[in-house]
Amino acid sequence: MLRPSVSIPRRGRGPLWRDPAVRALFFQVLLLAMVLGAIGFLIHNTMANLDARGIRTGFEFLDRRAGFPVSQTLIDYSSNTSTYGRTFLVGLANTLLVSALGIVAATIIGFLVGLARLSPNWLLARLAGAYVEIFRNIPLLLQILFWYFAVLRTLPSPRQSLSLLDSFYLNVRGLIMPAPEAQAGFMATPLALAAAVVGVIALVIIARRRQAATGQQWPVLPLSLLLLIGLPLATFWMTGAPLEWSTPELSGFNFRGGMQVLPELVALWLALSIYTAAFIAETVRSGIQSVPHGQTEAARSLSLPGRLTMRRIVIPQAMRVMVPQVTNQYLNLIKNSSLATAIGYPDLVAVFAGTTLNQTGQAIEVMTMTMLVYLSISLIVSALMNLYNARMSLKER
Amino acid sequence: MSAIARDTDESLIASRPPPTPQGGVMYWLRTRLFSGPVNSVVSIVTLLLIVRLVWPVIDWALIQADWVGSSRADCTSEGACWVFISTRWSQIVYGFYPLAERWRVDIVLGLFFALIAWLVIPRLPGKKSVALMGLVGLPIIAWVLLLGGMFGLPHVPTRAWGGLMLTLTIAAVGIVGSLPLGVVLALGRRSKMPLVRAVCVIFIEFWRGVPLITVLFMSSVMLPLFVPANVEFDKLLRALIGIMLFWSAYMAEVVRSGLQAIDKGQGEAGAALGLGYWLRMRLIILPQALKLVIPGIVNTFIALFKDTSLVLIIGLFDVLSIIQAGLTDSDWLGFAIEGYVFAALVFWVFCFGMSRYSQSLERRLHTGH
Repeated sequence: MLRPSVSIPRRGRGPLWRDPAVRALFFQVLLLAMVLGAIGFLIHNTMANLDARGIRTGFEFLDRRAGFPVSQTLIDYSSNTSTYGRTFLVGLANTLLVSALGIVAATIIGFLVGLARLSPNWLLARLAGAYVEIFRNIPLLLQILFWYFAVLRTLPSPRQSLSLLDSFYLNVRGLIMPAPEAQAGFMATPLALAAAVVGVIALVIIARRRQAATGQQWPVLPLSLLLLIGLPLATFWMTGAPLEWSTPELSGFNFRGGMQVLPELVALWLALSIYTAAFIAETVRSGIQSVPHGQTEAARSLSLPGRLTMRRIVIPQAMRVMVPQVTNQYLNLIKNSSLATAIGYPDLVAVFAGTTLNQTGQAIEVMTMTMLVYLSISLIVSALMNLYNARMSLKER
Repeated sequence: MSAIARDTDESLIASRPPPTPQGGVMYWLRTRLFSGPVNSVVSIVTLLLIVRLVWPVIDWALIQADWVGSSRADCTSEGACWVFISTRWSQIVYGFYPLAERWRVDIVLGLFFALIAWLVIPRLPGKKSVALMGLVGLPIIAWVLLLGGMFGLPHVPTRAWGGLMLTLTIAAVGIVGSLPLGVVLALGRRSKMPLVRAVCVIFIEFWRGVPLITVLFMSSVMLPLFVPANVEFDKLLRALIGIMLFWSAYMAEVVRSGLQAIDKGQGEAGAALGLGYWLRMRLIILPQALKLVIPGIVNTFIALFKDTSLVLIIGLFDVLSIIQAGLTDSDWLGFAIEGYVFAALVFWVFCFGMSRYSQSLERRLHTGH
């Protein structure tokens, strides 16, 4: 009864080009042939061109002496003895420095502006909205050039520096500020800080387990702060405060002592932070708005106080939306830091893909190495993000 | 019964007056700005901040500014010297395009803006055919007119292109090229054929992982190595290829997010009606998916438009680099702020306009409930 009385006739094989499996195979083989052909064509051309120009491929050039100065070196570098391989590391370190500084500042500004946009205060919300609309619609390169050429390059010479507290000076050569000089025994303090961080993580885990098991809460926040600030400070004093400050002093036409932050770094840092903050602010706003209003109302009907509603109900749910997008913005910031080359901040692209490439002519090797750096940062971060998304996604049945 | 009556006050509550209509400036101020002590302090501080920040800018840019003149000697007041911009106006628009041939640029720009206006003003009819004409006809007209070398028009090498016309050319080519490429890549990434998927994933992730600067560097130092020695590649063309490939990867990810949002049943219903893959995509899936991701597509357009300024680094003269070059003119030193503010205004107007248009389009196309 359940079977159809008329049996459906078995389909014949039909022509071969109607079979989906055969067609799929055909198209994939075709694509593979095209891709391989294109790659082969490029390699063939490149080899011929390199031959014609007398360029030898290979990475031997990395061991040759570089012989050009770099204006900011975080690791040991000297134009006389260091190699081209070293310039790669110097540039990479500078890229990472400005990226890290930018990420911290952009996060702080972005969260403040994003929250201000949601403020019930009309004026504050509009001001934050204007910030976002102005800065995200102007090219980053233009903002970098503005800060560098229109602001920092027009500052007075060292003798007429703008000064703050007689220890910070701002002039056309950059920001000059006191430099900490570690004495013997200083290493104990960062070690203590690391220990404190480990301690805080342990504390949070134990407190969470305890709350899950017994319902009792520990004052985690004050304890963590005490640990984070107290332990390094106590270590610092117990080892005899082994840190001295070298304060800058004007002598002749320039400053002596202290440390100098390049104006290029300041301009790049300002522009990257302000620009990225506008995008982070939008992410924060949309993240918080994505939490349905019913959630807040439910929390209120359970008579949770406002701060607890924010901390336990709204923010954890907003985070699920915000974290991937904010991470994306961090990646953009790292990639955008390559615009440094426009104002001569010695980042990876300016030093390695710029000067080193021009001096050695090893375009393929240099560009490949440079791109691989950015590519691996991107791929590692997106892999981590996929893990995060898998853990955080709503478990639906 | 009587116990209840005794305990209850049986007199009626006196009727209260209806709530007074809440409106007016004072009510608005009270609820939006001065609803509590904290809010009041915030309002006052913000107001002071705005006055301190905005007023000097207005004063500098509009009230104290110099508008007319022909040299820096005409800039006598305290404020901005817009003479710097007005004397360079033609360069900012046309770059180094030969003076006698500038009518060609005018025609292309006129057609371009007319096309945009036609598409933007909702009342005008025939959007689809106009858009199609614009997508196919305008590039051909622009190519013939701007480059020349045929129909008796003198050839103008791309070296001479610059300013706003170059910025718009790069942006338009980038937008027109990267969207279809992005759609194809997005479809490929969702293909059931593993090899097609792999090729698309690698392509997309590669371009999304590297900065545009390195792509432009690559297109200017490596592309000449990739082609046979006798093929001469124009600098602008190289940059355009790089920009198109780079942004197509971003476009692909936006389109993919739209494809993922379409219910599987839509495609299955199409297949049940006997539609093949391409018909299904063209008639059922893509129209819905693209409509969903209009904001994302326009955001990518805006990012692309802003990033056209990066061609400064490989030595093409777009709006920003023309102004940047003007700043080093020894007759006009010290007008960096005016230059950058004006360039920022140009970019801002286009980007803000695009984002507003996308919002209105979204509202208009919203056919749901």
